[in-house]
Amino acid sequence: MWRNRGMGAASVTSISAVLLILGVVLILVLSINNVVLDTKVKFDEIEVFLEDDLDSSVLDNIENTVKDKNGVISIMFRSKDQALDLMKEEWGEEAYLLEGLDTNPLPDSYIVKVNDIEFAEDLVNTIKMLDGVEEVKYYKDIIDKLLIFAGYIRFGGIVIIGILVFVSVFIISNTIKITVSSRRREINIMKYVGATNGYIRGPFIMEGIFFGIIGAALSIGLVYFGYEYFYNSMNEKLYNLFTFYLVSPESIFRDIAIMFGTIGSGIGALGSLVSLKRFLNV
Amino acid sequence: MIKFVDICKEYKAGVTALYNINTEIDKGEFVFLVGSSGAGKSTLIKLLLKEEGVTSGRVFLNNKDITWVPNRRIPYIRRQIGVVFQDFRLLPNKTIYENVAFAMEIIGAHPREIRRRVPMILSMVDLSRKAGSYPDQLSGGEQQRVSIARAIVNNPPVLIADEPTGNLDPDTAKEIMRVLQDINNRGTTIVMATHAKDIVNTMKKRVIALDGGRLVRDEQKGGYSIEIPSV
Repeated sequence: MWRNRGMGAASVTSISAVLLILGVVLILVLSINNVVLDTKVKFDEIEVFLEDDLDSSVLDNIENTVKDKNGVISIMFRSKDQALDLMKEEWGEEAYLLEGLDTNPLPDSYIVKVNDIEFAEDLVNTIKMLDGVEEVKYYKDIIDKLLIFAGYIRFGGIVIIGILVFVSVFIISNTIKITVSSRRREINIMKYVGATNGYIRGPFIMEGIFFGIIGAALSIGLVYFGYEYFYNSMNEKLYNLFTFYLVSPESIFRDIAIMFGTIGSGIGALGSLVSLKRFLNV
Repeated sequence: MIKFVDICKEYKAGVTALYNINTEIDKGEFVFLVGSSGAGKSTLIKLLLKEEGVTSGRVFLNNKDITWVPNRRIPYIRRQIGVVFQDFRLLPNKTIYENVAFAMEIIGAHPREIRRRVPMILSMVDLSRKAGSYPDQLSGGEQQRVSIARAIVNNPPVLIADEPTGNLDPDTAKEIMRVLQDINNRGTTIVMATHAKDIVNTMKKRVIALDGGRLVRDEQKGGYSIEIPSV
């Protein structure tokens, strides 16, 4: 194995590259999922933002009109003060930033819960036409765009990973070929004496798995520590709203370690098997 | 022990290596396989070792039809056949002891059994004193004896020797033939492919001659060529 350091390094690097891309795609997809999940909770809700200083009659009209519509589960008034309190709760440690506001910029609103996606679109269009309604916030299009975006990430990731896996297997099989060539005489004798294919293959597969594990360890380190650095930097720069949706490094470490170890070993073993098939017919 | 029934072997290029070979070799026999280069000797050996498959016909080893065995069974067939080559094929980085022990390790023999049997086999080929030597420290004859030791250490019922004296001088060749005869006396069936006329003519064993892929002669106590009695 050590006679062949250059090719060994190439094998390890190619596996690391595959797993690094996989790690980035995973983190992106998981984070987008968090956004989608959080947004989906709001998806059942339509937030109707109201103009300032409305008469109670206008408010009653809005409430009664909406309540009577099919598919509406509930309608609830949220005052601007309640909205500000809710925001302070969501912001957590950074809520002190909101203390400095002289006036409350948030509007009064109605929170409307619906039970049917199709109905929600029609309902939104109706509400928009009512007097006193400034804006209707409706998350379905955001979710649709996020899901499409997540889909592109996943598809692009799979394509790139697929190509890199193929390249890795190719590189490893050529690396193993050098070891096979150097041991050809020994293997030839093994076959005459009656060694089974499994016995002959064993050491080469172990070599491939070894490259796979080293590559996996490298990529686990890069992904975990690299992502941890990025995550902490984002938090420090007060982008808490952004990192709220990012999956935390600690939560993914164990799963990534197991996944990368397995996939890395798998690629290594596959490369060895391909090499043995091509160069040894074993 | 070994039986070839209606064996034909044709290669893809349309070359017929063997044609209609029918012969049987009994347990304990010593048979010379003779013929010019390209006669089909090596092909016949390859069919027995399952390195090649037949085009038609049947091959039997120890009364079992081995013609169409699945690939995973081939190692177990080869364990019944010891092979000795013209070029010895020893592992240069292993000692004599390790070269012979290697054959036992491959089939999963217990280390205790290896430690018991390898010295015994080295003693049989008179190489006990050189167990710690490497192949390049030995003469051609000694290397071939190591090769023979490796071939018989697992006690196979059949020993195939493919030109075992091809790289040796006449005296050393005789030495090797004594070793092979000794092994044959202990009950191992021996099939030896050879061009060594003197050896064949001296030993007067059964001779199977091939020519152009056909079996042209099968003679008990035969010579390398047909003897034409003088008038």
